[in-house]
Amino acid sequence: MTIVGPVLGRLFKAVLTLLAIAILNFFLIHAAPGDPAAVLAGEAGAADEQMIADLRAQFGLDQPFYIQLGTYVGNVLTLDLGYSFRQGAPVLDLILDRLPATLILTLTAFGISLTLGIMLGVAASARVGKPADSLLTGFALIFYATPLYWAALMAVLVFSVQLGWLPGFGYETVGADYTGLQRVGDILSHLVLPALTLGLFFMAVYMRMTRASMLEVAQQDFVKTARAKGLSPSVIRRRHILRNALLPVVTLAGLQAGQLIGGAVLTETVFAWPGIGRLMFESLAARDYNTILGVFLVSAAMVILFNIVTDIVYGLIDPRIRHTA
Amino acid sequence: MSFWKRFARNRGAVFGLVLLLAVIIIALIAPMIYPRGPWPMVQRPFLAPYAVDGLPLGTDTLGRNVAAGLVYGAQVSLLVGLISTVMALLIGVPLGAVAGFYGGWLDEGAMRFTEFFQTIPNFALAIVLVAILEPSLTSITLSIAIVSWPPVARLVRAEVMSVSKREYVDAARLAGLSNLRILVGQVLPNTVSPIIVMASLMVATAILLESSLSFLGLGDPNIMSWGYQIGAARTVIRSAWWLSFFPGLAIVLTVLALNLIGEGLNDALNPHLSRKGRT
Repeated sequence: MTIVGPVLGRLFKAVLTLLAIAILNFFLIHAAPGDPAAVLAGEAGAADEQMIADLRAQFGLDQPFYIQLGTYVGNVLTLDLGYSFRQGAPVLDLILDRLPATLILTLTAFGISLTLGIMLGVAASARVGKPADSLLTGFALIFYATPLYWAALMAVLVFSVQLGWLPGFGYETVGADYTGLQRVGDILSHLVLPALTLGLFFMAVYMRMTRASMLEVAQQDFVKTARAKGLSPSVIRRRHILRNALLPVVTLAGLQAGQLIGGAVLTETVFAWPGIGRLMFESLAARDYNTILGVFLVSAAMVILFNIVTDIVYGLIDPRIRHTA
Repeated sequence: MSFWKRFARNRGAVFGLVLLLAVIIIALIAPMIYPRGPWPMVQRPFLAPYAVDGLPLGTDTLGRNVAAGLVYGAQVSLLVGLISTVMALLIGVPLGAVAGFYGGWLDEGAMRFTEFFQTIPNFALAIVLVAILEPSLTSITLSIAIVSWPPVARLVRAEVMSVSKREYVDAARLAGLSNLRILVGQVLPNTVSPIIVMASLMVATAILLESSLSFLGLGDPNIMSWGYQIGAARTVIRSAWWLSFFPGLAIVLTVLALNLIGEGLNDALNPHLSRKGRT
C-alpha cells in the first residue's frame, strides 16, 4: 500500500540519470572543437589568458582524463554549474533567476493542453465518424503539423499587431510599476499568447490520444455490461469509459514533459519571455556553452521531477499500479 | 485487397501523397526555376508579394527573393528529414532487435540506455549537440537522428518479442538455423510494416526539428532553409508578415502531407488494426 518505497527507488534512479547527463555534458565539452577551457569561457574572444588559466586549474584540465571527469561531475553534484563569463554571473544564479517564468509558462500550457485535449478528445469520440469528429480530428492534424515558433509568430501578428488585444512581447509592461493584483493581471495578459501557442500542439496530441483511447475502451466487455444494465450513454462515457481511457493519456502527458520544455525554448524566444529557454537562446548567440549545458541539465532535472510526480498521480488514480509497483 | 487499393481508400493519404510529390518535384527542379540560387539580392528589400512582377512572394530584409528561398528550402527539409530518419533507424532497429530477440541482460542494458535517452528533453539535447558540434548539415542531421531513435528501438523490441513467439520461428530453430539467421531472415521481415509507418511520421518530426533548429540560428550558414527564413524575419514580423508566413505554410503543408501518408500507410499495411483504434 505504501508509496514511499517506489518513490525512493525513483529518486535513486533520478540521481543516476542526472549523473549520466553530467557525464554526457563533460564529454560534449571535450567534443567541441578547440580547447575545453576556451569552450567553457565562451569563444568570440571573451576570455583573456588569466581567465583561461583559472578555468584550467578549476577543471583540472592538466590532470588525467578520469580526474577531470570526477572534478566536473563533483562540481555538478554540488550544484556548481560554473560561471558565465558572458553574463558575469554564476550559471546557477542565472538559471534560478529565470526558472519561475519558465515554470509559470510550461505549467499553464500543460494545464490548458491537458484539459482542452481531454475534453475535445471525449467530444470527438462521442461523435465518431460525424462531421464534428472529422472537424476536430482535422484541426488536431493541422496543429500537429504546425511549427510551434511559427504558430507563436502568427499569434503575435493576429492578436497583438493586428487586433491589439494582447501584448505580444515580454513578461510584464516595462515601466508601468504595477503592484499587487494589477501586476498579476498584467503578467496574466502577457502569459495568454505564449501559454496558448505552447499548449496548442500538445492539445492536439492529447486530443488524438484521448479519442483513440476512449474508442478502444468503449469496445471492452465491461462497457457492454454497463450498457446491458441500462445505464445512460453519458454515464457510461463519464464513469466507465473515461476513467479507464485517461490512464494512457496521463502516461503520455508524463512522457511529453521533455517536449514541453523544448517547446518553451521556442515560445520564450518568440515572446521574449524571460525564462530559461530564452536564456538558452541568448547563450546560443553568445556561444556561452557553460550556460547552455547548465540549462540543459536543469531542464532534464525538471523532466525527471515531473515524471516522478506523474508516477505518484498515476498511482493515486489507479490503485492496481500502486500494488504492483 | 491490394496495398494501393487500401492506401487509396484513405482520401487524406492520397491528398498527402500528391502534396508530398509536389514538394519533391519543386525541390528537384529548384535550380531550373531559380538558377542563381536563393542568396543574391534581386530587388530592394521588404517588397510585398506581387509588388513587382516576377516576385510572387516579395523580397526579404536583404532584398533576396523569398520564393527562391522557399524552393531551395524544400531541398534541405526533405534531405535532412530523410537522412536523419534513416540514421535513426540504423541505430534503433538493431538495438531494439537484439534487445527483443536475445532478452536477458542485453535487453535490460539496451532498454536502460533507451530510457535514458527518452528522459533527456530531446529538443534541448539537439540544441546542445548542434551548438557544440558547430552548425552544419552533418551535425544537424546527426543530432536529429540521435534524439529520434529511442521510439524506434522500443517499437522494434516489442514487435520482435511478439514475432519471436510464433510457431514458424520454432520451426526455423528446429530446422537448425542460427539465431542470427532467424532474427534477420525470419523475424525482422515481419516487423517491417510498423517500422515503415513510424518512419514516415519520423520524417515529419525531423523536418519540424530541423526547421526549429534553423529558426534558433542553428542552421547550416551556407544553406537556405525554411526555419532560417522565419528566424531571420522574426524581428520584422510587424512590418513584413509575408517573410515568416510563407515558409511556415510550406512547413505545415509538408509535415501535414507526411502525417497523412503515415496514417494511410498504417491503414494499408496493418489492415487488422481497426481504423478507430489507432492513435
